[in-house]
Amino acid sequence: MAKKVALMQGNEACAHGAVYAGANFFGGYPITPSTEVAEVLSNELPKTGGKFIQMEDEIGAMASVIGASLCGAKALTATSGPGVSLKQELIGYACIAEVPCVIINVMRGGPSTGMPTGPGQSDVQQAKWGTHGDHATIALVPASCQEIFSETVRAFNLAEKYRMPVQVLYDEIVGHMRERIEFPEPGELEVIDRAKPSVGPEKYKPYDTSFGDVPPLAAFGSGYRFHVTGLNKAQDGFPTTKAEYVDAEERRQVRKVEGEVARADIEKYEEYLTDDAEVLIFAYGSTSRSARYAVNELRKEGIKVGLFRPITLWPFPEKRIAALGKKVKGIVVPELNLGQMNLEVERVVQGSCPVLHLGRVDGDPMNPGQIMDKVKEVK
Amino acid sequence: MAYDYDKYLRPGKLPHIWCPGCGHGIVMKGLIRAIDTCGLEKDNTAIVSGIGCASRLPGYVDFNTLHTAHGRAAAFATGVKMARPDMNVIVVGGDGDGTAIGGNHFIHACRRNINLTYVIMNNMIYGMTGGQFSPCTPTGAKASTTPYGNPDPTFDISKLAIGAGATFVARTTAFHATQIDKLIAEGIKHKGMAIIEVLDDCPTTYGRRNKFRSVVDMMKRLKEIAVPVAAAAKMTAEQLEGKILTGVLYKEDKPEYCEQYAQVIAKAQGA
Repeated sequence: MAKKVALMQGNEACAHGAVYAGANFFGGYPITPSTEVAEVLSNELPKTGGKFIQMEDEIGAMASVIGASLCGAKALTATSGPGVSLKQELIGYACIAEVPCVIINVMRGGPSTGMPTGPGQSDVQQAKWGTHGDHATIALVPASCQEIFSETVRAFNLAEKYRMPVQVLYDEIVGHMRERIEFPEPGELEVIDRAKPSVGPEKYKPYDTSFGDVPPLAAFGSGYRFHVTGLNKAQDGFPTTKAEYVDAEERRQVRKVEGEVARADIEKYEEYLTDDAEVLIFAYGSTSRSARYAVNELRKEGIKVGLFRPITLWPFPEKRIAALGKKVKGIVVPELNLGQMNLEVERVVQGSCPVLHLGRVDGDPMNPGQIMDKVKEVK
Repeated sequence: MAYDYDKYLRPGKLPHIWCPGCGHGIVMKGLIRAIDTCGLEKDNTAIVSGIGCASRLPGYVDFNTLHTAHGRAAAFATGVKMARPDMNVIVVGGDGDGTAIGGNHFIHACRRNINLTYVIMNNMIYGMTGGQFSPCTPTGAKASTTPYGNPDPTFDISKLAIGAGATFVARTTAFHATQIDKLIAEGIKHKGMAIIEVLDDCPTTYGRRNKFRSVVDMMKRLKEIAVPVAAAAKMTAEQLEGKILTGVLYKEDKPEYCEQYAQVIAKAQGA
């Protein structure tokens, strides 16, 4: 049977990806350029008994998502720009309380209101460091409408598997671009649901590490009565200030994402002509599409250049970038910001090659010609 | 009648953090009696709070309990209730949490008329952080951040709730202990947003700064200023000066939010 295909906007693809993943709760607040995600889900979710609520503000939207998820719902929100800033408080709550949820961030410029209808990639470090305190981050950066669909599904899978908030970041260009989408059949993409407790209510502890670094999460109203708090807590979920509990819990919550095995599971990237590359371009989102064009043009000129495109941005693909850094003469990092992921690339390559940043924040897409010129600066 | 409070308290979680003389414990016992009276199942009941002294209540009681972020209780509770409309969802918290940082969530939960029971303990101060003035601190009163007297006007929480669209609004005080459970029980039974404001005392951070010599003095004041609605109807404006009305202040039957959303689902499914 022929697959269902559609010409679809990135934001629409995101909403349909969420439905495919089994999302049954959306709490949101209108904001450009992410609003279409909410619009489509307000139409789609009730069809299968799911819930859509437009909350009074961005913080309330994030709160409703966490509340619903604690009842077992697969919950998401979508926002942009200042909305992402407002959500930071409760992204931190979802981190420490370990509540699965998905945050879609359709990136525009900034700071503040900036240019709401223009693209930006200036939230990529915020995704890692935005909320206060130490915590691990999973952030995905799809670059096409098809990939927005599949990465939204993967975001839910990772949220459920690692019991934490997962952010999907794509710039306004990809969010508002229309492309052909092939809808995967049910079962074609993996869909993961959170692990249920294997012990009875009398023995259940919401942060019981005897099951590994990701303790199973019971749902409210399922017969497991437990306590959830944003305070540092012990394994039983109740607040504690005892140093040994606080330290162990904080470290576990980072380790569950940044440990070797978890990294291998979460990291995802695509390499294009990197085998013989003398210059590497590190690019994600819409910028990676300009970069791919630039690679093809430069290859015609005989310049050996390749593209590294992260699909998981956080945790950062440290090992692979470090290895590539030792092979190439330089790494060019084009971004729709004034310098963010180049800092991470620099940190990881530890001086083994120069890292050249190419920033653009005028509201226009990255031009392949700009990237080509920058690549030629690598000596 | 003797209540078996232990049935609803989590073993090993007491003593609580509240200071001697604080009214929050009186409210917690009232809440437990109300839950018992209404026959709510522990497994099917969630208690949600924000941040502050009053918001530590959920840790002590044996339900599905959610201690959220400052001011956000009503919004978290909205997500819980939407996801599980069959669960009883009770919100507890203080005046600063509910009407300052959480003011927006508070009024919009009222507007939606979602079936929550919100017990707001109004001790007129931010107690946990050491006694800074809240939106409910009387004008002229002393707080740690109003050393010259509070220049701010105050919120009347019950009026705010009525204005915002809550369909059950009641008020009592920590002195009127037996009225607390009756009003909370009535709020639980009400279908829609129920606000129960309990005027409370904070001897540690409010009383000491405002010439209350003892907890007894604070309780006496709560007793003196409270006027039942029925009695108030027969009193003049002059007589009511400085008093607060207690009892059920407002009650109305209006469509409840989750029921309204069930109709959205029915429409989407082509019913």
